Amino acid sequence: MLSYLLLILLLLSSAAYYLGRNRAFRVAGNHIRNLHSLPSFYGSYTALWCGLPALIVITVWAVLQPGIILELVVAGLPPELRELPPDRLGLVLNDIKNLVSGNIVSGAPDPTILAAAEHYRNLQLTGHVCLWIVALLLATAGIVHSWRAISPKLRARNRVERVVTLLLIVSSTVAIFTTIGIVLSVLFESIRFFHKVPLTDFLLGLQWSPQTAIRADQIGSSGAFGMVPLFAGTLLISGIAMLVAVPIGLMSALYLSEYASPKFRATAKPLLEILAGIPTVVYGFFAALTVAPLIRDTGTALGLQVASESALAAGLVMGIMIIPFVSSLSDDVINAVPQSMRDGSYALGATKSETIKRVLLPAALPGIVGSILLAVSRAIGETMIVVMAAGLSANLTANPLQAVTTVTVQIVTLLTGDQEFDSAKTLAAFALGLMLFIVTLILNIIALHVVRKYREQYE
Amino acid sequence: MNKSDDSAATPPRRDIKTLVNAGLKRRHAAERRFRWYGLTAISLGLTFVVLMFANIIGKGYPAFWQTYIELPITFDAAVIDPTGTRDPETLANADYAALIRASLRGLFPQVEGRRDLRALYGLISSNAPHRLRGEILADPALIGTTQPVQVLASAEVDTLVKGNIDRTLDESLRSISDQEIAWIDRLTADGRLTKRFNTILFSNGDSREPEQAGIRGALMGSFYTLLITFLLSFPIGVATAVYLEEFAPKNRWTDLIEVNINNLAAVPSIVFGLLGLAVFINFFGLPRSAPLVGGLVLSLMTLPVIIIAGRAALTSVPPSIREAALGMGASKLQMVSHHVLPLAMPGMLTGSIIGMARALGESAPLLMIGMVAFIVDVPRGFTDPATVLPVQIYLWADLPERAFVERTSAAIMVLLGFMILMNGLAIVLRKRFERRW
Repeated sequence: MLSYLLLILLLLSSAAYYLGRNRAFRVAGNHIRNLHSLPSFYGSYTALWCGLPALIVITVWAVLQPGIILELVVAGLPPELRELPPDRLGLVLNDIKNLVSGNIVSGAPDPTILAAAEHYRNLQLTGHVCLWIVALLLATAGIVHSWRAISPKLRARNRVERVVTLLLIVSSTVAIFTTIGIVLSVLFESIRFFHKVPLTDFLLGLQWSPQTAIRADQIGSSGAFGMVPLFAGTLLISGIAMLVAVPIGLMSALYLSEYASPKFRATAKPLLEILAGIPTVVYGFFAALTVAPLIRDTGTALGLQVASESALAAGLVMGIMIIPFVSSLSDDVINAVPQSMRDGSYALGATKSETIKRVLLPAALPGIVGSILLAVSRAIGETMIVVMAAGLSANLTANPLQAVTTVTVQIVTLLTGDQEFDSAKTLAAFALGLMLFIVTLILNIIALHVVRKYREQYE
Repeated sequence: MNKSDDSAATPPRRDIKTLVNAGLKRRHAAERRFRWYGLTAISLGLTFVVLMFANIIGKGYPAFWQTYIELPITFDAAVIDPTGTRDPETLANADYAALIRASLRGLFPQVEGRRDLRALYGLISSNAPHRLRGEILADPALIGTTQPVQVLASAEVDTLVKGNIDRTLDESLRSISDQEIAWIDRLTADGRLTKRFNTILFSNGDSREPEQAGIRGALMGSFYTLLITFLLSFPIGVATAVYLEEFAPKNRWTDLIEVNINNLAAVPSIVFGLLGLAVFINFFGLPRSAPLVGGLVLSLMTLPVIIIAGRAALTSVPPSIREAALGMGASKLQMVSHHVLPLAMPGMLTGSIIGMARALGESAPLLMIGMVAFIVDVPRGFTDPATVLPVQIYLWADLPERAFVERTSAAIMVLLGFMILMNGLAIVLRKRFERRW
């Protein structure tokens, strides 16, 4: 429905462009020099008048319509339904919506609900028809208005350019709105969560079992929301990943920038960066089906007790994923060290490795630390590998052969599958998301600060 | 006195030389060792690349072939069309499974007993009757004749034929019994088993039966999601890059925008999923599991990538171009849209394609907005419930059947194929249009 309207609007606007341009030629008596702006600007002016107001109305309408219709439907319900508690009313409304979209409804619908669904459908239809009429009227009115306004004196270019600049500014604020959206969405739900579970319990609790009783008479599911075991698990897996990624990534960066011939570098570097392009779900599959069984079998052969979803498997594979991240970031840092420092060291008779160890690494250290911090924040936020290869039970352990769970795994398990929206269980996911956001944000800010400070030293 | 002081500070030349020479061997060994560490690190990294590809291709390539069983089917008029009217309605509702059962009984007359018979019928995939119905509806003249028909074998048969079931294992440890193996060997000996290219993988949606499961639904879901992502993130990203690079004054506001963009690029993807769930689904009431919401979330994620690439492309256009345009009397917007933007476009497109490739492989935020549902139908629009290729891989990876492992790897191969294609396109674009000023 809506896409047809947009398509028609697009066609109308392009027609308006030609109308406006021709009109400009006409009012100028076919001599462009009489016009203030180029004819194409008069065309764009008309097209903007045609498309923009209608587009704004459509957007606002599309956002508001469902809410308004729902209000009207609720107002039209018989009073005994209207006075239901909010959650029951929500169920009734869900039934109505399902009826409207032609889905299967639970049980036989009773006549009041059928009537409400019919009401809903009528309102929706009326809304759509109104929207079409309003939007098309606005578009035509825009064409007529600008058509009348076009005269040789009209400063079309300046007006069009002002609108375009405004559009550019609006686009650039999307990034800000995204950040605000993220912060608000996780913050609001987290605040609701902290009303149910005290903040200190969440931050300092050593137990995590997010099962809450649905009915008061249920036993054994009071729920514990302590995030310490989750962060410990996250840190354990990230730590293993860094143990793999940092030596391999750093040494390959050093070799590629200091030892390798240009030809070797040109082939090895992109090949290594393939690792960064592989989707994480592929790493997860690799970890769960190849690496984890391998580690378990090796462990059993050595007489060790290895969980089938050990932290080691997830950490190792995550480390592989992060190698190119570490290596390309440290490569940049190493290349930023001035050649004169290397030359000075060589002139004193140092070998290459001595130069690297005593001159290059100390000089590049802040940058390398920054890039490792960025890699850590990446590892903490990584989801698919741990969802597929790490466990679900929250163990507070430092043994890499045991199964641990992570913050991201818990967010995914709490929010996929059946969910009731107001329970502490689902809200806990948002609280975890908030913590994850804060931790990665702090890590990134520190890392960027360190890297930038270091860069200024040599520029 | 003076003389001895001097000699203590600077020992004779010979001494330095011997000192250096004495340490030289050790230092050169350290040098070689260090070099060797570096080479080991790189070869380890490259080994991982090769291992992963070998592992996935090795597991996945058999999934491109599928076992079919040729059965002599007698299209018995008494079963299909008892009234003899050739009414399409009757033909469509006939019991085609009975024809297959009859054919199997004809091939193995010695099998008796309900349980054994059910095991025998289990060799054939449950979609075989649909196939027979299709053939009859297309050509009713077949009724009454006996035709050899290639029907899809069940996943167990397929797995055994591909050699993925260890015959030497004890019967209770296998998913297939000795008796069934004997039947399959009979069929193989009769030349009734054929392996054909697996078109089902590309033409079907998801299914609980491995032999009928395909990635078409996921591919279409990915297509719709990426279309939305591109339509939103490319124009907005280019506009933002142009504004920040060409128009924006240096002030606190633009600094804020820049800090925001850099931070967004590093926010974990799952947090974007939370944003999508809270804002698009719970607040705006958009449908769950829809490519529309997936595309919105992914475009917010891709935006920083496109903006950063776009700004880099804009800065690489030399200022002389801008000055020349302004000198000829162009307005600032004309200068940008007629001269700077066309020159920066290849770089922007390259960055966008790489961003889109990343969005194609992204799955974590889509789990949050309900794109993990089991969806059989191929989506036909932006608001139909759908899943995407990486999420399909995630779903299949959880299933225990061996045949699904194979299909998961095949789906990964398709996904990686698309990613290689997109990145290759980006490289070609860069090579083709790269300009050094």
